Amino acid sequence: MIELIGVYKGFEGKDVLQDISAVMEAGKTNLIIGTSGSGKTVLMKCMVGLFEIDKGEILYNKSDFFSMTDKEKKVIRQEIGMLFQGTALFDSMTVEQNVMFPLQMFSNMSYRERIKRVNFCLDRVNLKDTNKKYPAEISGGMKKRVGIARSIVLNPKYLFCDEPNSGLDPQTSMVIDKLIHELTVEYNITTVINTHDMNSVMEIGDNILYLYQGHKQWEGSSKDIIYSKDEKLNSFIFASEFLQEAKRMRQMDMEGKQLPPR
Amino acid sequence: MVLTSFGRYLLMLKGMFSKPENWRMYWKQFMLQCSDIGIRSLGIVIIISLFIGGVSTVQTAYQLVSPIIPKATIAQVVRDSMILEFAPTITCIVLAGVVGSKIASELGNMRVSEQIDALEIMGINTKGYLILPKIAASLLTIPMLVVLSMFLGIWAGEIAGIVSGIISERDFMQGLVQGFRPYIVFFALVKAYTFAFIIASISSYFGYYVKGGALEIGRASTKAVVISCIFILLADYALAALLLT
Ligand SMILES: Nc1ncnc2c1ncn2[C@@H]1O[C@H](COP(=O)(O)OP(=O)(O)OP(=O)(O)O)[C@@H](O)[C@H]1O
Ligand SMILES: [Mg+2]
Repeated sequence: MIELIGVYKGFEGKDVLQDISAVMEAGKTNLIIGTSGSGKTVLMKCMVGLFEIDKGEILYNKSDFFSMTDKEKKVIRQEIGMLFQGTALFDSMTVEQNVMFPLQMFSNMSYRERIKRVNFCLDRVNLKDTNKKYPAEISGGMKKRVGIARSIVLNPKYLFCDEPNSGLDPQTSMVIDKLIHELTVEYNITTVINTHDMNSVMEIGDNILYLYQGHKQWEGSSKDIIYSKDEKLNSFIFASEFLQEAKRMRQMDMEGKQLPPR
Repeated sequence: MVLTSFGRYLLMLKGMFSKPENWRMYWKQFMLQCSDIGIRSLGIVIIISLFIGGVSTVQTAYQLVSPIIPKATIAQVVRDSMILEFAPTITCIVLAGVVGSKIASELGNMRVSEQIDALEIMGINTKGYLILPKIAASLLTIPMLVVLSMFLGIWAGEIAGIVSGIISERDFMQGLVQGFRPYIVFFALVKAYTFAFIIASISSYFGYYVKGGALEIGRASTKAVVISCIFILLADYALAALLLT
């Protein structure tokens, strides 16, 4: 479980995050949504300690990350898996070596066991026959998936994904969402996902945090979102007519009303 | 500004030392850097050493016109200038260009594409894992290159002297052993270690702390080379003043 208490973060006097408080529970997919530039990536980087926060606390299982010693931070970090928005794959290594890297660093597995684990993870993100390719030789969506494979290879307790399915086709996108959700439930991971994919919001949004210009505008589940009266949230989520229509249908469905014939 | 940079540089060096997360991976990284830094610069070091050696024989002969100075003196001058100055300083200035820009752009690229952050998140001490092996590999391989450069330079000087008819092989050999002080080899090695450290640490500093994008990587590697060169020359003078007087 991760708790944020009154987190502030700014750059050169300009506030980016203001007074963010939230609880991210284990075994649930916690989504952070918001328009481009609203501070999602900054918030995620604060949570993993890549940015020092200006004010507030970030608690990992009740202990404040920023008052930990370097050693304690290291222990937490070895339990963190993170997918970066730009994937951050090691470009001097092949796909296989990328995914294997955390295993080599932190496990005592034999080569054979490592290969097995790597192939298992690559298989789960639907990647085959790319093991020997370099990141520069695969597509953007494939890189994303390699990044996900690398972040789950050590069975993390905390999983952070910065836009896991931007740049993926809807079908692969669904597969990835489902995978992350399954892993989260199966291994009781505390998962935090940045996204602006409405499909993900509706499908796997156990707990949703809507950031608007750096502060928390709304919080709730994917069920609550249907009934939310928050105008900013509504105009963000149900931006297109198609989505408004979908919302209406979902509302009727949930109220047990008969859906109009297709 | 300069002081804060220097402070950050010292903190970077201090930050390199922590217990490695996995000795084997650090060792692997060290070996990789040895081949990247040492073996990859072998070619350029061979070329410049051969030419500098050859040129110094020809030019020394040109300067020593007096008939009372024995021919063997040429060899002596070539030997001493090669060992004292050309092999360590010129080689390292060139290596500052080759190795320094490579280190800075490699680290800069890893910084900009968030690969360093990714390592950090995994719980790896990135200064220890990325910078320490580079400095260690430089400290091992660059002095070796410098010693190689001494031998090649003197040898090329001899060949150039014989081929152009300036000096006979016998005279050259005689000059080589004449008044030889082993201390200058020690001095040259002190220089080589100092310069190796300067090149690797300064270039790592500029690469590791890059902010921005591809443009800044280019700028950082230029800066790394220029600043390394300046510090090599400063150290060269300081060491000479300190150890030769
Ligand atoms: N390193 C930084 N230095 C200064 N300002 C920054 C830095 N990183 C982000 N910002 C600023 O913080 C704000 C939020 O950026 P952030 O990357 O968190 O947006 P985001 O919500 O992730 O957007 P997107 O959906 O496009 O990824 C932006 O205005 C950006 O200019
Ligand atoms: Mg972002």
